[in-house]
Amino acid sequence: MKKQRFPQALNSYFDLLSEEIVLSILEFLGPNPLDKKSFSLVCKSFYAIEARHRRTLKPLRSEHLPKVLKRYPHVTHMDLSLCRRVTDGSLAVVAGMCGSTLRSIDLSRSKFFTGAGLLSLALRCENLVEMDLSNATELRDGSAAVVAEAKNLERLWMGRCKMVTDIGVGCIAVGCRKLRLLNLKWCVGVGDLGVGLVAIKCKDIRVLDLSYLPITDKCLPSILNLQHLEDLTLEGCFGIDDNNLAVLKHGCKSLKVNLDLADSLNKLSMLQSIKLDGCSVTCDGLRAIGDWCVSLRDLSLSKCSGVTDYGLSYLVTKQRDLKKLDITCCRKITDVSISHIANSCTALRSLRMESCILVPREAFVLIGRCHSIEELDLTDNEIDDEGLKSISTCYKLSSLKLGICLNITDEGLSHVGMSCAGLKELDLYRCTGITDLGILAIAHGCPGIEMINIAYCKEITDSSFFSFSKCSKLNTIESRGCHITSLGVAAIAAGCKQLTKLDIKKCYEVDDVGMISLAYSSQNLKQINLSYSSVTDVGLLSLASISCLQSLTILHLKDLTARGLAAALLACGGLTKVKLHASFKSMLPNQFFEHLEARGCAFYWRDKVFEAELDDPQCWKLRLEDMVQ
Amino acid sequence: MDHKENTWTKSFSSGNELLKNISTGEPSFPNFDSQQSQEKWEDPSVLDYRTRIEPPIKDFKQHSETQSSLPCNPNNQVKLPVQEDGQMDGSLQSSKIQDWDPRTMLNNLSFLEQKIHQLQDLVHLIVGRRGQVFERPDELAAQQQQLITADLTSIIVQLISTAGSLLPSVKHNTLSNTTAVGQLGGVYLPSMVDLNGGFQLQDNGESKVSDQSNQIDLAGNIGNEQIYHMEEHESKDEEDADEGENLPPGSYEILQLEKEEILAPHTHFCTICGKGFKRDANLRMHMRGHGDEYKTPAALAKPNKESSSEPILLKRYSCPYAGCKRNKDHKKFQPLKTILCVKNHYKRTHCDKSYTCSRCNAKKFSVIADLKTHEKHCGKDKWLCSCGTTFSRKDKLFGHIALFQGHTPAISIDETKGQSGPPDRGEGNESISKVRSINFNFSSGAPSGSEVQNAVDVKAGIEDPASYFSPLNFDTCNFGGFHEFPRPPFEDSESSFSFFIPGSSSNYTVPGSCNYTKKTGGESSSNNLE
Repeated sequence: MKKQRFPQALNSYFDLLSEEIVLSILEFLGPNPLDKKSFSLVCKSFYAIEARHRRTLKPLRSEHLPKVLKRYPHVTHMDLSLCRRVTDGSLAVVAGMCGSTLRSIDLSRSKFFTGAGLLSLALRCENLVEMDLSNATELRDGSAAVVAEAKNLERLWMGRCKMVTDIGVGCIAVGCRKLRLLNLKWCVGVGDLGVGLVAIKCKDIRVLDLSYLPITDKCLPSILNLQHLEDLTLEGCFGIDDNNLAVLKHGCKSLKVNLDLADSLNKLSMLQSIKLDGCSVTCDGLRAIGDWCVSLRDLSLSKCSGVTDYGLSYLVTKQRDLKKLDITCCRKITDVSISHIANSCTALRSLRMESCILVPREAFVLIGRCHSIEELDLTDNEIDDEGLKSISTCYKLSSLKLGICLNITDEGLSHVGMSCAGLKELDLYRCTGITDLGILAIAHGCPGIEMINIAYCKEITDSSFFSFSKCSKLNTIESRGCHITSLGVAAIAAGCKQLTKLDIKKCYEVDDVGMISLAYSSQNLKQINLSYSSVTDVGLLSLASISCLQSLTILHLKDLTARGLAAALLACGGLTKVKLHASFKSMLPNQFFEHLEARGCAFYWRDKVFEAELDDPQCWKLRLEDMVQ
Repeated sequence: MDHKENTWTKSFSSGNELLKNISTGEPSFPNFDSQQSQEKWEDPSVLDYRTRIEPPIKDFKQHSETQSSLPCNPNNQVKLPVQEDGQMDGSLQSSKIQDWDPRTMLNNLSFLEQKIHQLQDLVHLIVGRRGQVFERPDELAAQQQQLITADLTSIIVQLISTAGSLLPSVKHNTLSNTTAVGQLGGVYLPSMVDLNGGFQLQDNGESKVSDQSNQIDLAGNIGNEQIYHMEEHESKDEEDADEGENLPPGSYEILQLEKEEILAPHTHFCTICGKGFKRDANLRMHMRGHGDEYKTPAALAKPNKESSSEPILLKRYSCPYAGCKRNKDHKKFQPLKTILCVKNHYKRTHCDKSYTCSRCNAKKFSVIADLKTHEKHCGKDKWLCSCGTTFSRKDKLFGHIALFQGHTPAISIDETKGQSGPPDRGEGNESISKVRSINFNFSSGAPSGSEVQNAVDVKAGIEDPASYFSPLNFDTCNFGGFHEFPRPPFEDSESSFSFFIPGSSSNYTVPGSCNYTKKTGGESSSNNLE
């Protein structure tokens, strides 16, 4: 092929470049998959180069795997999580064609494969270092024993592998001696013995997630002996009590307990991350953490009702290297804590403080002192425009969540838009003070924005969508309850080619026209919520032509008929998840749904009644608080 | 018994000589005999009464001095009031209580002091003499030790009974109870001391107890016999424990049987006809056939019973296999306790394993008892290691895997493997029920405390290493049955375990079992048709 092309190639300057140079140029071809697609479509030469260059593959359909793998021989990372059906046959194909080049495979959310498929992977792909088996709820010890054949595995996720027991984990512990990361969250069949064996056999473990396992103190000594352990998660391990160090998850109830905890944890000199979500942490507990000789990087005190200004202030003044701090729903802290955090933890990169209701609006000005902050969650707080102005000086900000902040207006948002050019994620859920002007400032000042949530911002209209259409990287839009029409949707579809998730629930004026535009332009759309809109059979059928579409939520579409629905569902081959009103269940034959389920599509039936949106956000918030109490 | 008493008196008389040498100036009582010496030993139990009524000086002298100085008359006097007390009614008792006064107590204490001083002098003397006398040092030392032990015992008893007599509960009980309590205290404590003291003292303690129970029959005390039993039992335990501790090298005699001897099926051979027997008792029964001279009670009696009372050198055994740790030439030689130990050790360690389990055809044993033990559990070992070793408990399997490189938990093809799910829960049940069963033993021990012997048995059991003991508990107690019951359903449901379903079944096959493969295949094909 190359030889045939050579005589003509003299015409192209590209032929003066060696293949290596072209490959390195390809490296710079950004994250947009469409760019690479365009590149490969230029000519046969580019097609071949791009095929050889690609390392990561995330196919949507497992049935095309043989062809795809033939085209891309150098794939090292295979993500099959989008495939609605991954059978043992698919895995055998992957194993056979990738062979030892494959280093990483993601099988989370994949169904229908068994130990046999894993066996072919483990035997043929000897260089496999990373495997994600999360949600493989049917996997049993036998399959786990097969995984243990992948001797070079370093990172393994097994979240929700509920059928795996100590025996299976024991096999993995013995077989995969190089493990550095092991996630056993929700593997409820695994107990002390399995975990203990992992700690004994896999000495290199850095990250261990044991959340929700029925483990007790017994396995902790061996875990504490792990020299390299950096991150240990024990969320929801109710078998672990205060006795020893245990306390990681469950309640620091007294000073003594916490001193014990401190002693035990001092052995983990590498320990950098502690999550105490939901514990009854006391002041003394926080002081003990502060007094540790280890320097913490990541601390989460989410929903710890015992966190007070005194304890938290002491802690942050001692642990000045904190990079991530989560004080979500610590309802007792005030501006005192915020002031200490801002003064001590200047290196803070992530601060989550949703629903810190006692923090007054003035305190948020202090946060502006943490200049390296990148992620900030201020959901449900009293922050106002002054605070936003101060925060906008954190020029590294990439994620800003301002949901239910009723005090902010366009003015504050325009400060953010002007200063935070790197913003990628913005959550303005129920910020009723925001109008199209604020959105314009954001869309103008943050061209790299990827995710925006403007749900229930009543003032927002199509013009915001017009503004967003300039943000080519936008991939997620949630605009529930906004006054937008099909025009706005069409603008977004035309401008934001990378759009993958669109939620236009309760946008009553969006109709089939918007859907046709989406079907025409947004070929990357994976997830859409059309509930309460005015879309009919026509719009749905046109959406079905989007081959990527996987998740569809269509509740309360007045004019949707059963026939139209059936046609759309049959036409849309990639669907994995459909949320439907329960009334359709009786309107269509059972075999129809069984057929779709066999294709890999799961149905979620809802029978909520049609509910109108509450107009007043304040009223909505009050109702929410009533429900909380 | 006679033999023991003789040695005992001998030791004491020699001790007495020592005392005479010191010339303590105490009057010696001529009407002393060995019978009374036994009575002297029961003094402690009655001391509190005696001290109340009599000037205690004499009593203490009795104790501080050896039997030669022991006045038997005072003893009798002491006992008489006690027996009278046993028949007295409550009004008399109240008057008695008034008899107690601080002065008596002071006397008691001062005599205790005096006695301790005397004992101190005695020890001084012994220390001094040890340097001078070199002949038969062992025997002399033993006698001295016994002497001192006896004195210490009586001091302790005196102290306790003095203190105990002050207890209000003792005072206000009915008299028969009081005697019982007093005797309990008196008997029990010396017996404890005796145990530490050695065989002879212990024997004395026994004789004392029996005497006492005779005397106390008036008071109708039944408890004594129980105490007696308990005492005997404890003494046994104590002996075993003593033997179990590591002996200094040289403190025992090492015997080494030859290989042929060890492996011989019989150990007792008739000297006349050569017939072999496993047990000596059987041999003795056999010997009766060889003539009347073997039919005498002496010949039929268990031989050498009394020889144990002498301080003979302990016997320990060495394994004849060179290089074995149980061989006497080994650097870290650890002797074997009994011939049975030698046999079992030799067979287990140095012989072929010729007995194969008929159930699993895998496990082999060289000792048939081991095979029988295994057969009890064979098939219940569901926790399998890749090396082929099976375990009855999951934690044991994991301990094994943690210990050895390269061993993994094995997942077998058949349905026994499939249990892996439920046994998790089962395991939890097991541990819990195990704990409960132990508790159960405790609690059952408590109510049966009226039977002292039972209580002691339970105690002894619990002292065993729990890991060793618990399986038995578990099997025998009700929880075991409870645990067993739910298991079969688990096995059935778990037979759906699927790992070995080959890819040959259709793509639709959700992990199912070998049993269900066909079925799921059918479903999937129907799906395909659609």
